[in-house]
Parts: sequence; C-alpha cells; structure tokens
Amino acid sequence: MDLENQKRVKDFAEQYGPENVVVVLGAAEGEAAGLAAETVTAGDPTFAGPLAGVQLGLTVYHICEDEIKAEVDAGVYDEQISMMEMVMDVDDIANEMSSIRDEFCKYL
Amino acid sequence: MNGYPVLKGASYTLAITPDMVIHNGTTQTTEMIVNPESEYLKELPNHLRSFEDAVSYIPNQVYIGNAKPADLAATEFPFYDKKWENASRDGKYGQIMPEDEFYGLIQICDVFELVMLEKSFAASVKEKLAAQNLLKEDQLAALDKNSENDDAKIASLVNDEHAEPLYFEHKLVGAVKRAHDVDVNLSAHVMLENLVTKASNVLSLIELVKKAGVNPDEVDYVIDCCEEACGDMNQRGGGNFAKAAAEIAGYTNATGSDVRGFCAGPAHAMLHAAALVKAGTFKNVVVTAGGCTAKLGMNGKDHVKKGLPILEDAIAGFSVLVSADDGVSPQIRTDIIGRHTIGTGSAPQNVIGSLVADPLERAGLLMTDIDKYSPEMQNPDITKPAGAGDVPEANYKMIAALAVKKGQIARTDIANFVKEHGMTGWAPTQGHIPSGVPYIGPLREEVLAGETKRAMIIGKGSLFLGRMTNLFDGVSFVVQANDGSAANGGEAGFDEAKVKAMIGQAMREFANGLLGSEE
Repeated sequence: MDLENQKRVKDFAEQYGPENVVVVLGAAEGEAAGLAAETVTAGDPTFAGPLAGVQLGLTVYHICEDEIKAEVDAGVYDEQISMMEMVMDVDDIANEMSSIRDEFCKYL
Repeated sequence: MNGYPVLKGASYTLAITPDMVIHNGTTQTTEMIVNPESEYLKELPNHLRSFEDAVSYIPNQVYIGNAKPADLAATEFPFYDKKWENASRDGKYGQIMPEDEFYGLIQICDVFELVMLEKSFAASVKEKLAAQNLLKEDQLAALDKNSENDDAKIASLVNDEHAEPLYFEHKLVGAVKRAHDVDVNLSAHVMLENLVTKASNVLSLIELVKKAGVNPDEVDYVIDCCEEACGDMNQRGGGNFAKAAAEIAGYTNATGSDVRGFCAGPAHAMLHAAALVKAGTFKNVVVTAGGCTAKLGMNGKDHVKKGLPILEDAIAGFSVLVSADDGVSPQIRTDIIGRHTIGTGSAPQNVIGSLVADPLERAGLLMTDIDKYSPEMQNPDITKPAGAGDVPEANYKMIAALAVKKGQIARTDIANFVKEHGMTGWAPTQGHIPSGVPYIGPLREEVLAGETKRAMIIGKGSLFLGRMTNLFDGVSFVVQANDGSAANGGEAGFDEAKVKAMIGQAMREFANGLLGSEE
C-alpha cells in the first residue's frame, strides 16, 4: 500500500477510533489484496510506510466479497464493479482476505 | 485530404545502460539516500546483464523488429532465461546500442558543452560510432573535444563541481556538468536526464530515416511525447524536445512541439499528428520520444530478491511517421476515437467503455471486429515478478469482460477472446514507451501482408502522479487496412462497418414489411 494511503488510513483510525473504521480494498489480485489487508491490520510488511510496526487491526474487506457486495446498491455495483468481478479471481481474493481477517482483525 | 492519415513507417531503439541503472534509476538513487548499506545495493551489480544477453533477450528482439509478437507468445514464460537464436543488435525497425556508444551519442546531442568524456574512452567510442554510418563527420567531431579530459579532470568535475558521473563497466568515464549554479532545473541531474531522453529520441529519429526509408527533408512537423520536462527555473516545462532532437537528426525542414500526457502521451500525440495531416495542415508529421533514466531498475528490488537479472536496463525510444493517405499504408480512422473524459470516472468498467466499447459502438463495430488490441504492452517478464501482474493480459480480460456485458461474446469465451485479440507484452517499462505504440511497427507489416485488418491502439495515463488531479486519462484510435478511399473522393471503397449497418437496416425494413403484411 502506498505511503500516502497508509497515512490516510492511520489518520482516519486516530480520528474516528479504529473500531469504527472499515477499510474496503479494490486490488485486482489476491496477493496484492492480502498485502494491503496485512498493512492495515498487522502493519506494513515492507516496513517502509507510516504503518510499519503499527498494528491497527482494522476491519478490512475487498469490494468483491459478499459482505460488502450485499451493502452496495445492485445497480451501482453492476455499473462500477461487475466487469472487474469477471476479470478477477474472486475466490482467491476472498480466501486471502478472510485468512488475514481471522489472524489480525481486532474488531470483528 | 481524401482518405485518412496513414502509418508510413516506425522505428524502435534501445540503449542498454547497466551502469546508469545503478547511478540514475530512482529506485537505486532513493535507496542510496535512505539505506546506503542495503543488501539490495550490494547484490545489484551481480544481477546486471551483459550487452550480449540484453541483445538476445527475446522481448528486445521483438521491440526492434527481428522477432514478431507471435514469436514471444510462442515462447514459454519466463523469458529472461531464454535467447533469440538469430539475435542481432541491428534490427528491422532500429537498433540496440551499447552504453559506451550511447554516451558518445549523448555528447553529440549536447550543444552546450555540458558533457565531458575521458579522452581515450571518447576516442574508442568515436571509432565505434563512425563504423555505424549513423552520424555525420562534423557530428562525430564533437568527440574530439575531449582531448584534454584525463581521469583527474573528470573526477574533479564530479567531486568539486557538482557534475553527474557517467560510468562504463563501473569505471568513471565522463561527466555531465550543471548548466547553472543555482537553478535546480538546470542542475547536472536534470541535464543528464534530459540529454538522455534527447539522445534516445535522436537515435530513433535517425533510425526512422535509415530503416523505414523516411526522407527527413519531407517531414514538416515533429511531436515529442516523452515524460520529461525541459526549461529553466522560469519555465520548468518550456519544452521542445521535439525540435531539439529533430535538429540533431537532420530534419531540417521541420518544426515541432511537445505533447504530454504521462503514459498516454504517445496516443495523444498520434491523434495530434493524424489531425494535422487530415486537416491538410502538414503532409508528414513524426511522433517521437526518447526514454528515461529514472525508470531504470524500477522493479529491481523484486528482480534481485527473486534471483532474476535486472531486466529494466534499457533506455528506449520510438518514432512514427504519419502521412497523407498513399492508398497503400494502414489508415488511422480519425472518426473512430475513444477518449476518457473528465466525467467518465475511474471505475475500470467506465474507463474501458470510454476507450474501447463506446467508439466502436458509434462506428457500428463490435469489439470482436478489432483483430488486435494494443493497450499497455509492458513485458510481463518484468512486471509479474514485481507483483504487478501481466498488464496487457489484464487489459485484454477487461475488454473481454466488457464484451460479455455488452452481450457480444459469451462469458465462457473470455479466455479465447484474450488469446485471439491479445498479444504478449514485449515493451520495456519506460512509462510512455509501452503505451500502445510498440505495436505500430509490427501492425503496419501485418496489415500490409493482409494478416491483420483492423487494430486498436490504446494509451492510458495515471495523472495523479503529478499531484494536480486524481483523474485517470486515456485515448484510443483504430487503424485499418487501407480502404482505397483516397482515390475516390474520400468515400470508402469497401467499408465493412458501413456495409454491415446498411445490411442491418435493410433486414429490419424487410422484417417490418413482413410483420406489416401479416397484420
């Protein structure tokens, strides 16, 4: 996750309380989604950004996971996401995300 | 003008610059500041390729035209451990230049005496360049100006006068001086970057003359579309790399200007060129760009970590001549243009819609009517180990998925669509270089050989990098086999799309007639 986004996530967690923040990812691959999810839960694995060594434990989902999809207006989802849903390996992403959540999320 | 602007020729060049990877690539220069003792910097020199290895690298042979895109598609992934059998530095579209010769070319391109080369190095480079018949005698004579430059003088320029060092095989062989004491835009660092992009641009412009048979005297206008900026502190992006490079390359009757749009720059510049030709303003317009030092070794950390060679060791360049319709060359359909507008938004669906589906729909074409799509043609050998995936393939999947949404293909046909309408990327990851245009050379040949009828060139750019807007950007255009419309008053001799639309209309009328008679 780029350094600017790490800073934003960190600021939001401080401003609103980590228990009130949900991070929604849009990464196109399981590995990239997993890395981003790890960053906002267990800390920046590359130790380069503001979240290096910071274990926020935030709740984090990918936009294509059922939990988030159910929250989105079906028409909007169709217009904005459905094409990418065909392109992405959604199962792989969902597996990656749930394993990170199970291990590091503090607020589920 | 009758007909459409045509693709008259294209050239592609690479300069293999392993020492510049270490000293000028931003991944490495950043690491030197942040973590100078890092394992990566220690390991890096062991991962640099020899010139011969870079020449025989199959994606590079495709880039300069000695191998075809289909040859790369037939090569088992990964590519870095394989060699093209009949590899040559001399290519159908251009050439691959070694680092020492490239330094010589940089000095020849420098008209402000900022580049100094060590005298014996300069003499050997002059001999090599002279053997190539690329440059004129008076240009080669620029290398004679180094007769008083010994090792001590070069070292003192670097150590005492803020000059940027030039290394060859890890030895200091030259320096680029700053062009002003205070102005950061004329610092040695910026001057080196700009001279590199100018020199690689010049190399491509010269190869356009040599390999594509372009007469430089007939070129009216040159458009540079690289990603650098030149100017002093009062006009940082003042520009005109185009004219500066065309001067050295001998395009005496041309003027020019620069077009910028990050990675989408080349596609924008192609539209400018096509419009200038279509309007009759100019007959021959060249779109051209050199490469950049900053992106050398951009993904080097991942390549080193995974035991691969540093694959981003080339400064790339390309030039394309767009001319008035000659009745033979592939045409740029100036009436089938995709564009990402400010209102399009950044959802991939909308982006692909605006660039691919919408312009085709307006022209009465299906997404399957385009034989080949050329989006961002980054070489997956470079991007995959760095976790960035296969960029062209991702684009093809998105185009296919949109075709599914439009009901033009079945969902089960996505993989087939990707295979049939896609290509394996071969371009170095130099920002604007991979963006659609690497295919123009092969495309011209395929169209002339009757293998490809219609293709779409797509340029996309990430504007957020300049921190001025979060908007995404892109433009696209369709290239087709010449329809002979130049000869008959601008009307297509045979326009498949028009014929399809006419047949559709006739069928509808016929069906309506039948319905009517039953009532």
